[in-house]
Amino acid sequence: MLRDEDRIFQNLYNDSGVDLESAKLRNDWSGTKEILDKGREWIIDEVKSSELRGRGGAGFPTGLKWSFAPKEIGSRPHYLVINADESEPGTCKDRDILRFEPHKLIEGCLIASYAVNAHKCYIYIRGEYFNEGQKLQEAIDEAYKNNLIGKNALNSGWDLDIYIHYGAGAYICGEETALLESLEGKKGQPRLKPPFPALIGLYGCPTIINNVETIAAVPTILRRGAKWFSSLGRPKNTGTKIYCISGNVNNPCNVEEEMGIPLKELIETHAGGVVGGWDNLKAVIPGGSSMPMLPKEICDNMKMDFDACVENKTGLGTAGIVVINNDQDIIKCMARIARFYKHESCGQCTPCREGSGWMWRMLERMSAGEATPDEVDMLFDVTKQIEGHTICAFGEGSSWPVQGLIRHFKDEIIERNKFDPVVKKNQNIPYLVDQHLLEKENA
Amino acid sequence: MSVKKIYKDQPKTFEFNEKSMQAAKKIVSNYPDGRQQSAVMALLYIAQRQNDNWIPLQAMKYIAKFLNMPYIKVYEVATFYSMYNLSPVGKYFFQVCTTTPCMLRGAYDLVKVCKKKISEKENVLSDDGKISWMEVECLGACVNAPMMQVNEDYYEDLNEKKLLEIIETIYQNKTPKPGSYSGRINTEPVNNRKTLLGNKNA
Repeated sequence: MLRDEDRIFQNLYNDSGVDLESAKLRNDWSGTKEILDKGREWIIDEVKSSELRGRGGAGFPTGLKWSFAPKEIGSRPHYLVINADESEPGTCKDRDILRFEPHKLIEGCLIASYAVNAHKCYIYIRGEYFNEGQKLQEAIDEAYKNNLIGKNALNSGWDLDIYIHYGAGAYICGEETALLESLEGKKGQPRLKPPFPALIGLYGCPTIINNVETIAAVPTILRRGAKWFSSLGRPKNTGTKIYCISGNVNNPCNVEEEMGIPLKELIETHAGGVVGGWDNLKAVIPGGSSMPMLPKEICDNMKMDFDACVENKTGLGTAGIVVINNDQDIIKCMARIARFYKHESCGQCTPCREGSGWMWRMLERMSAGEATPDEVDMLFDVTKQIEGHTICAFGEGSSWPVQGLIRHFKDEIIERNKFDPVVKKNQNIPYLVDQHLLEKENA
Repeated sequence: MSVKKIYKDQPKTFEFNEKSMQAAKKIVSNYPDGRQQSAVMALLYIAQRQNDNWIPLQAMKYIAKFLNMPYIKVYEVATFYSMYNLSPVGKYFFQVCTTTPCMLRGAYDLVKVCKKKISEKENVLSDDGKISWMEVECLGACVNAPMMQVNEDYYEDLNEKKLLEIIETIYQNKTPKPGSYSGRINTEPVNNRKTLLGNKNA
């Protein structure tokens, strides 16, 4: 288990208050100016050598992303956008950062804005997190008042304004280009990449987009040094991560742990174990609903980091762990996830718009046992037609969980779905034109 | 699914009141000059709050003029996002999350209670016109499942009995207390906390 002093988010459960004074007791805003004084190059290099990977799902190296921003401000201003549109089923880590550790986020915004030459920062919060947004706004006001942000923030000579922009209940706006569209006041439909947002993003200007957890971790990394951060976990998968453990566990919770912690240890230590014991485990979705599920055999020895997940044909995603035990109907669970994707598809690309509904309807029939055994392969084929044929990664996100189900629980689906449309009995059906086909001598 | 049907009895006019106007101007100033269209989402939300939690067509026209953008673009945004109600909803608008993490912990039991105690169908007002309910997709409080949102507040760690209590409180003209209903603090594991104990006891 990770030592308490190595945890970045000391106020994850709000033991010690949210205001600036209590935040300072937790070391927020200490030495921020000294960090800024060391210059952009140093900040980006330090983040690079800490091997911090984006916590929003894709796991892209943060330092590398920052280095894509143009070095000098040209004719267009730069923007920093924080993605707090956390809508992935199974994930609720950003909510706790927004409401209990807002100053870590704001401090991270200042450092990141400085590193990527941005004077304006927008925080895109999902509309449902209205109260969390209000809490963050209070913290921002507090920071303005103390000259931590604003004109000549911390006397560093850098100006920074932070604004909150609320979403309005669209999962797709968590995709970075859809988020930019939404921020511009349009429907949240993703853009084609390239051009990448780092060069042409918000209002056509260079824009860096990062997840809340990534940005909130940066100040602590710079304060304690990249060496400390990269000493946790293993190379390329360094540091700590907030895991959200939900579903059929005795004590569902959010907990910050080291990268690469074994899944079993995580569930047994922090979440009080699976309901009905470890042997009652059926499957685990390791990284939010869009990542393929894993059966118990793999969960037994699975480690939770980016590369270990990829080795097992899944992904760490946002580390929203959904535990499903034997009391649940696994096909029904997946049908519900497919319904989620059908509801949230933005409707821009045909394979995703039509395919997500198709997958949902087929899975609903399969959970009721009304499908034929052949349809399982057909469903797999449908998922392959969606994956890779859409503008954004929603296509993968909606088809991977279904693929995961078929990969590991195909036998169970086939066993339940014995329906056979072919008439095998020799019946005399007077109105059937093809009656002769049913007669034995002609068959 | 969201309330996307356009209501048949539309009001004739709509204007921001003073409070909304102030809020709207402040939000428009958050965006660069000439990019006031960015404020459309926030303005729709302000209109929705002013107008008893739903948006009439007149409000969309008003916002289009306010931001100097085509009406169709406002309409597009209002129909794309699921949090804009285009028909009236109850004063207490129950949104029960039923996506898989909540479903695993019994969200459909809550739906049953809603059907029995509020109205048989989604988006139909209860007998006294105070409450309406609907199923929504993930609200992002999965470790506190099952949960629901009433207007802006989250009600977490529910079960049938606790939901009944909440509905009963509302029928008695009181506002129920938001937050977790299992007595736990935020997202910590109940009775099983092993981390940051120094902070807890400090």
